[in-house]
Amino acid sequence: MAKLIQETLHLIHKELLLEWRQRYAFNGILLYLGCTVFVCYMSFGAKTGKITPITWNALFWIVLLFTAVNAIAKSFIQERQGRFIYYYTLASPQAVILSKMVYNFLLLLLLALVGFSLYSLVLGNPVQDKVLFIINMLLGAAGFSFTLTMISGIASKTNNGSALMAILSFPVLIPLLLLIIKVSKNAMDGLEASSSYDEILLIASINVMVGAISYILFPYLWRS
Amino acid sequence: MKPSLFKVLSWWKVLTIILLLYTAFAGFLLPVPRLPILNETIRNLYFHVPMWFAMIFILFISVVYSILYLANGKMKNDNMAVETANTGIVFGIMGLLTGMVWAKFTWGTFWTGDPKLNAAAVGMLVYLAYAILRGSFSDDQQRARISAIYNIFAFPVLVVLLFVLPRMAQDSLHPGMGGNPAFNQYDLNSTMRLVFYPAVLAFMLLSYWIATVRTRLRNLEYKMSGIQ
Repeated sequence: MAKLIQETLHLIHKELLLEWRQRYAFNGILLYLGCTVFVCYMSFGAKTGKITPITWNALFWIVLLFTAVNAIAKSFIQERQGRFIYYYTLASPQAVILSKMVYNFLLLLLLALVGFSLYSLVLGNPVQDKVLFIINMLLGAAGFSFTLTMISGIASKTNNGSALMAILSFPVLIPLLLLIIKVSKNAMDGLEASSSYDEILLIASINVMVGAISYILFPYLWRS
Repeated sequence: MKPSLFKVLSWWKVLTIILLLYTAFAGFLLPVPRLPILNETIRNLYFHVPMWFAMIFILFISVVYSILYLANGKMKNDNMAVETANTGIVFGIMGLLTGMVWAKFTWGTFWTGDPKLNAAAVGMLVYLAYAILRGSFSDDQQRARISAIYNIFAFPVLVVLLFVLPRMAQDSLHPGMGGNPAFNQYDLNSTMRLVFYPAVLAFMLLSYWIATVRTRLRNLEYKMSGIQ
């Protein structure tokens, strides 16, 4: 167990270092996020605070969904297959998937926060319960990261990875997305936190379930 | 029943035929509670609901065979997993269609934005994606292993979609949800149970039968491709 944690931490460090040294990928996804937010803003006639809360909420999560799919799609495609064989001689496959999931969680959280500030700046910020909104964002980033990391592992083994990434992940993400949008709407309306407990609990249990399934199944995936 | 029939078909296949015939006759002929709006469409219970039972049943079997494939790598387990999943898709589509016809006559429209309907449609998308995923490999072993992984990954999502999410939605028109009565609240429900439970069993057995026949065909094709 201690060995697994140590390997995972080393691999997360490697991911961060790699991202820092090849900043173009990260900058690219940031620009993608910025462009998408701006497209939404311009499409609604460049009027701050004019769109209804339901539209604001749905649009925000759709922007994050697309950004997340694009950001995580590269997590297994970016590095060459040969490099993975090298990793597997050094670390267990469990450590590889755990490190990818944790790293992608951090990445998505950062993207969500940047996206939220940018989105609020141009489209207004009708959120009343900010704490619940941020907690929901944390849970959402974790859920997106766990699901998409595994799906990108699956998609990277196929002949047309990027197209499959979308069709495999969207239906699988819909239950999570619907729950997140619901909690997010509750936070926007400033409802009491207790009215969202059921949903939060369900999101957390879906996250745990998806994380556990990925952890168990990944050792079968890398062997090719 | 002549004994010669049992030589051709195993007992559970004979049972399937009898139960399906019973469902068809009893489902259309036995008395049902007469309720406003529903009228005779209540008989759809015998056909629409068993489709979903059969779908969940056969997709669960698919997951079991996917796990077996990952455990021992035998191609026949993968063949069973893919054919059970295909059968599940067919039963899911039948479930959607029977529901849509019913909705046209009771709700007045084929499709509404009901949480239960949407969840079922998304569940179908998950398994259609499985079919697409299988098509995008050139290597047999790799296709089998990676689609088995996706299959195991997809089933819990389907369970959440079909059984958890619709229950959390407050506003649903679907019977048994959102305060609408399910069939066991009606009078005469014992007669309906008499048809409903055999119907569920009949369609589950039918789905398994279809899947095994298709798997046998696939196993033979696999063997032939090895010979050539």
